[in-house]
Amino acid sequence: MFEPLKPIPPGRRAVLGVLFFALFFAAWAGATYGGLVKPLFLADPLKTLNAGVTLFVEFGFAKDIVMTIWRVVGGFVIAAAIGVPLGIAMGAFKPVEAFFEPFISFARYLPASAFIPLLILWAGIGESQKLALIFIGSFFQIVLMVAVTVGATRMDMVEAAYTLGADRISIVRRVILPGSAPQIAETLRLVLGWAWTYVIVAELIGASSGIGHMIMDSQRLLDTGQMIFGIVVIGLIGLVSDFLFKTLNERLFPWNLAR
Amino acid sequence: MSRLKIEGVARVFPGVRKGPPTQALQPTDLEVADNDFIAILGPSGCGKSTLLRIVAGLDQPSAGRVLLDGEPITSPGPDRGMVFQSYTLFPWLSVRDNIAFGLRERGVPEAEQEAVVRRYVERTGLEGFENHYPRMLSGGMQQRTALARALANDPAILLLDEPFGALDNQTRALMQELLLGIWEADRKTVLFVTHDIDEAIFMANRVAVMSARPGRIKTELRIELPHPRHYRMKTTPEFAAYKARLTEEIREESIRAATMQP
Ligand SMILES: Nc1ncnc2c1ncn2[C@@H]1O[C@H](COP(=O)(O)OP(=O)(O)O)[C@@H](O)[C@H]1O
Ligand SMILES: [Mg+2]
Repeated sequence: MFEPLKPIPPGRRAVLGVLFFALFFAAWAGATYGGLVKPLFLADPLKTLNAGVTLFVEFGFAKDIVMTIWRVVGGFVIAAAIGVPLGIAMGAFKPVEAFFEPFISFARYLPASAFIPLLILWAGIGESQKLALIFIGSFFQIVLMVAVTVGATRMDMVEAAYTLGADRISIVRRVILPGSAPQIAETLRLVLGWAWTYVIVAELIGASSGIGHMIMDSQRLLDTGQMIFGIVVIGLIGLVSDFLFKTLNERLFPWNLAR
Repeated sequence: MSRLKIEGVARVFPGVRKGPPTQALQPTDLEVADNDFIAILGPSGCGKSTLLRIVAGLDQPSAGRVLLDGEPITSPGPDRGMVFQSYTLFPWLSVRDNIAFGLRERGVPEAEQEAVVRRYVERTGLEGFENHYPRMLSGGMQQRTALARALANDPAILLLDEPFGALDNQTRALMQELLLGIWEADRKTVLFVTHDIDEAIFMANRVAVMSARPGRIKTELRIELPHPRHYRMKTTPEFAAYKARLTEEIREESIRAATMQP
């Protein structure tokens, strides 16, 4: 049963995946209904669900969700729009890489959340501060990962294209770009996941809307039900966006799956 | 008339991490006549690929020069089609689009592209695989496509670097017959690198034997077997005589290569 790397049938795979959720839920229910933890620290599943309904019906939680999604997507799109072309230029042209790479490698290790006080000073607590934080958190990662992907283009494939009459522009346009596209898309999927963690951090501090702001407000009211519901919603949105991204990649790059 | 002229071409690779430089190729001369099929035969590491890459323009010689139709070669170009030992099809393109790669590069009209692709699909026996992606193809099918891709460009000379080296024996024999059939039909000038003696004799009109590293062409042997050639030719006494002679030449070099200091 536990043979290394051996695949399992899809049916069993689904059952095992759902099983963990069920166990997790059972442990949560057991701990709360069984009185192992005080309701003050951990709301029970039913209360959490009720809190969720209240959030949507009375506190306009849908608007918070839309705000948060807008911020993530906004900051991420800006980061990708600049980061992907720069990464491609760095991967394809070694002088460009030599120029930017040391700085970007350094900037990558700067913790994005540590910029929050500075960003508040520079941009206030409005939307631009939140977009800037997500941009800082995503941009350097995107650039470096894209540059590595593009730089790993197989040289013999480039040479084959040259012997078929390709010029330098064609090498980039017809060999490097299509060959790197699936891995670049995969990079964006990964970094979007990280962008989700930054947006919540941005909203915990100095925000008047968004999922993170709601969680912060609920803490003041000691409403663990609402807090847990907020966290679960973040997880669900992440799961859905990941699924959409994966499906899109499979559609766009069918050749990558054919084996 | 000689189509390709290799004049005193040598290649020295700079040493890695302050190590001594590697002389991969000693000054080498070779003339390839129009419509000729020449095999370059030598033990592995003797500089066959280096020589072919210089002819392709993918590498620059340390000394000497290569002339194609009297013009010195400085960079790669579509007049020298190449098939590599490694699989170099573009995985994101279908068989059809791989074959049309060079045609699209030159801006050939769609209808003409389609006609050329169809012609080479037929010649290389790829009917029915036009819409397959390379990952769905066996090694033999991939090399057929690579051959079709190079031929579709109608190069002045075809450079083949052990194109069947990674294939199993049966597939390899079929591919040899396929390539020979194509050559017999349009007599394209071919420079074919191999370390396989049978392959060299069966396919070529002339075999250039290279010495062990640093390589140079030490003997040339004309193969006077009539065309069209059939695989049964591999068991004739004439074939065996050529084989005995080349085996002797290569053995000497392999021994030297095996006992050589690095
Ligand atoms: N880029 C390179 N840098 C350094 N040495 C190389 C390089 N390419 C080939 N060589 C060396 O040159 C010699 C000839 O290589 P190659 O032409 O690939 O031989 P063959 O194709 O006959 O097996 C080998 O000893 C190889 O190690
Ligand atoms: Mg070689």
